[in-house]
Amino acid sequence: MPPKTKLSCRNVWKLYGPNAERLLKTTPNPTADDIRKAGVIGAVRNANIEIAEGEIFVIMGLSGSGKSTLVRCLSRLIEPTTGEVLFDDTDLLTASDKELIEIRRHKMGMVFQHFALLPHLTVLQNVMFPLTIQATPQAEANAKAHEVVELVGLKGREDYYPRELSGGQQQRVGIARSLVTEPDLWFLDEPFSALDPLIRREMQDEFLRLQERLHKTIVFITHDFEEAVRLADRIAIMKDGVVIQIATPEELVMHPATDYVAEFTKHIPRSKVLTVGGVMTAGAVGEEDPIAQSTRVSDVAERIIAADAPIPVSDSSGQIVGSIDRKAVAQVLFGDGDVA
Amino acid sequence: MTRLNRSQIIILVLVLITIVLGYYGRDLSKALDARWLTKFPSAWVIPFKAYISSAMAWLIEDAAVGPVSFTDITRAIAWLIEQPYNLVLALLAHGFVSGQGNDAQVIVPAVSWIVVITAVIALGQYCRDWGLAALVGACFIYLAVFGQWDSAMVTLASVLIAVPIGAGGGLLLGILAYRYPLFENIISPVLDLMQTIPIFAYLVPILFMFGFGPISALVATIIYATPPMVRITTLALKGVDPEILDFGRMAGTTQRQLMWRVLVPSASHSLMVGVNQVIMLTLNMVIIASMIGAGGLGFDVLAALRRLDIGAGFEAGIAIVVLAIAVDRLSQAFAERMGQVYHEASGSWVSRNRRTVLVLILLVLTWVLGQFSPLLLEYPDSQTITTGAFWDDTVEYLNVNYFDTFEAIKVFFLTWFMIPIKTVLLGIPWPWAIAMLTLLGWQAGGWRLALLCGGMASLILVSGLWSKAMVTVYLCGASVILATVIGVPLGVLAALNKRAGTAINLLIDTLQTLPSFVYLIPVVMLFRVGDFTALIAIVLYALAPAVRYAAHGIRSVSEELIEAGLVSGCTRRQLLRHIRLPMALPEILLGINQTIMLALSMLVITALVGTRDLGQEVYIALTKADTGRGLVAGLSIAFIAIIADRLINAGARQARIRFGLES
Ligand SMILES: Nc1ncnc2c1ncn2[C@@H]1O[C@H](COP(=O)(O)OP(=O)(O)OP(=O)(O)O)[C@@H](O)[C@H]1O
Ligand SMILES: [Mg+2]
Repeated sequence: MPPKTKLSCRNVWKLYGPNAERLLKTTPNPTADDIRKAGVIGAVRNANIEIAEGEIFVIMGLSGSGKSTLVRCLSRLIEPTTGEVLFDDTDLLTASDKELIEIRRHKMGMVFQHFALLPHLTVLQNVMFPLTIQATPQAEANAKAHEVVELVGLKGREDYYPRELSGGQQQRVGIARSLVTEPDLWFLDEPFSALDPLIRREMQDEFLRLQERLHKTIVFITHDFEEAVRLADRIAIMKDGVVIQIATPEELVMHPATDYVAEFTKHIPRSKVLTVGGVMTAGAVGEEDPIAQSTRVSDVAERIIAADAPIPVSDSSGQIVGSIDRKAVAQVLFGDGDVA
Repeated sequence: MTRLNRSQIIILVLVLITIVLGYYGRDLSKALDARWLTKFPSAWVIPFKAYISSAMAWLIEDAAVGPVSFTDITRAIAWLIEQPYNLVLALLAHGFVSGQGNDAQVIVPAVSWIVVITAVIALGQYCRDWGLAALVGACFIYLAVFGQWDSAMVTLASVLIAVPIGAGGGLLLGILAYRYPLFENIISPVLDLMQTIPIFAYLVPILFMFGFGPISALVATIIYATPPMVRITTLALKGVDPEILDFGRMAGTTQRQLMWRVLVPSASHSLMVGVNQVIMLTLNMVIIASMIGAGGLGFDVLAALRRLDIGAGFEAGIAIVVLAIAVDRLSQAFAERMGQVYHEASGSWVSRNRRTVLVLILLVLTWVLGQFSPLLLEYPDSQTITTGAFWDDTVEYLNVNYFDTFEAIKVFFLTWFMIPIKTVLLGIPWPWAIAMLTLLGWQAGGWRLALLCGGMASLILVSGLWSKAMVTVYLCGASVILATVIGVPLGVLAALNKRAGTAINLLIDTLQTLPSFVYLIPVVMLFRVGDFTALIAIVLYALAPAVRYAAHGIRSVSEELIEAGLVSGCTRRQLLRHIRLPMALPEILLGINQTIMLALSMLVITALVGTRDLGQEVYIALTKADTGRGLVAGLSIAFIAIIADRLINAGARQARIRFGLES
């Protein structure tokens, strides 16, 4: 059974400028030229996305490509010029203010690039804020806030003020705050971009660990392809407001839709993207401990190269589906890309 | 030397013609038998004054919406302000009294001077440190020892009422403007206008609506002090990080929660700057407000000025300065303190609020023990020091010994600077003057500005105030010229030389903390009443922006340009003349614009020393409560201000465009 779709959008356009609506009325599908001629800015152009329940969906693109705008259309922080956004089968764009407030209070959480912590509140009060404004009983709110503060590893710092924390710690507060209402859908807009590379890595691990426990549906924005590859189940690549390809990291590397995508994927070491399943040879060979199909080649390269014989590969149910040998790994590590 | 181009030559010729026309204008019009050229015939005057007076009378007597008349509304407003004011006034100055007149019984006396001083010291220590505590403590002890306590407490009471209303009202209006762009579009030009219109323009109508008394004074003060708070609030809210706004909405806040729990707290630091502005403007109004009925220190100064009692005026003036310094420093420290967040100390309420407890205990103690020893309630009159005699003696000494020197200075300025300007301005035939103004407007900003300049000048003309307006322009113009000649070089010096900069900044800061009236007193002491005294007072008051903007302009000339100049071998002087000054010109112009605004706002004050300009019109209207006269004169001042403001702004814009700083 294919997983249920949690959030989707159809034909979403966001144009900035005085003539935006008129343009879309006269030409429902304007080209980049039409848009430029009308003197408007095409921040998001005809986005169609379906995000499955429990999936980590990464939106990736360079600065100004419209990622933030798209994700704000999905949460209706920005009103799209036209289009349809379906969340659990309710159309967000026709929802009333009241319905929207309810949905945001209980079903959505969001983490921001520059943390967006309230400077006059302590860590605990910041984390509790979403509960406070829905008038959750004090004791319950307190207990929940303590729980998530502990979950993100900030126990003992509940009474600190944001300015007394490092960037990484501040973002942990931001994460805790977005989780305190136990949302189903979790938006993260470049959550780690403002952090140092080392901390960023640590936070990515932390994020994966959290997701393993929580199984949220996640929309994650980044401009860092490596980060996208590490975290994503699927990646959407944006350029000039257009989503040019949606695919798993592996497919992106193997079958880039355009030269632009190819250019992106060129610089990333293949071994970090390709999974064992993608480069194995079908058919069961070898006796050793099987490697899971979804493992990235880089994580097991050493073991395979050290082994004399091919190593079996298993799928998610543990069934052996193929094998992988040195040659395949060497091809990934040192080849010029034409695997398979 | 660059050759002048054609339009420059035309301008130069026109200016020359104007001067010559002005100088010989009177004789010329006599010779031509056309006196109307320089003196607008009274038969042609449109009686705006009468129209306005009767409109106001209608407003007060007959205007009503259904059963609610206009007077009901003003009474309601007055009542709302009166209640807290009476409470604070009783607490600080008069005590709670039952009965009237001679049967009056004091039930609870006013808060003791000891308690007030302890309270401000405690507040100073709470807001910053013992240094601040010592400063504000010393200020208040000064007020007690120098016999200004009672008046100071009356003034403090009105500040304590005006500031919360001004700040709170400004906050609410600012929030409305932030929430509703339509409201912002309406209110923003109004705020613009209020910043160019001198306060006096609306003193008279307020007087008319609320009557002579402290409430009128409070209303005027609040109207004067609120606009910057509205501006700052809107700016502060717009300045909140958009991510914080997004967060608030994503957390599912209602509109109200978003405003009060997310935006306002996040902007609190900037908002506090606005509150400080309100406080400073309130203190600035202290003396002016006493013209329409505020008591306290402002009234003392005003009364002393009217009697030309230099000593008393000076004492009360210094007391205002002292109070202003204390309140200003305290409020700044308080703003800083609020902007930061502190961990709450643990422990019981008493141990956390030791200062409050101490003050409360003292309060009760002085109230109880004060029954037996009045010293505990009121600072004994016998122990006050008065410096009035000292000031009087000093002035007398100076006048006896240096009379000739002062007189010579005065005469020199009058003959060679002021009187020529006055003659020229009063002599220019009005048709020529209006034509020139319109032309200037057209040159600087196209037909709209031309229409504005011509229209407003004509309105002044037909309301019969032309010659008074020309006296105003002359007084302001002379002061602004002098302020520019002194201020701009000071500013340049401050920007180029660090040591001089520190000294000049200190001077300017001090000048700016002083309420406008205070300048008048020492000048009157030395030069007695007259135009020259007014000139000096205006220059002192209006100097600050000329210095500030010039210094800022010079400092912000880009480093690259300076280096380019150095590389091409400029001397320091050439650098200044060819690079720094031209590039700083737009800023300098804006500084002069501010100087003009301040000069205009000093006008009614200088009317006290006998100038015969629009300020005097307003002043007379105030004393006679003649709304029409006051409003027409006030509006004429406002028109002059607006014309000057728009012309200079347009000029500064052109300069910036020429230098590529703006497109
Ligand atoms: N309010 C607005 N008015 C006009 N144009 C806008 C507005 N907001 C965004 N844009 C334009 O829309 C485009 C997309 O902006 P967006 O912020 O979504 O980019 P982004 O991919 O999130 O970039 P970054 O990585 O810098 O955050 C940009 O060209 C931007 O200039
Ligand atoms: Mg962005």
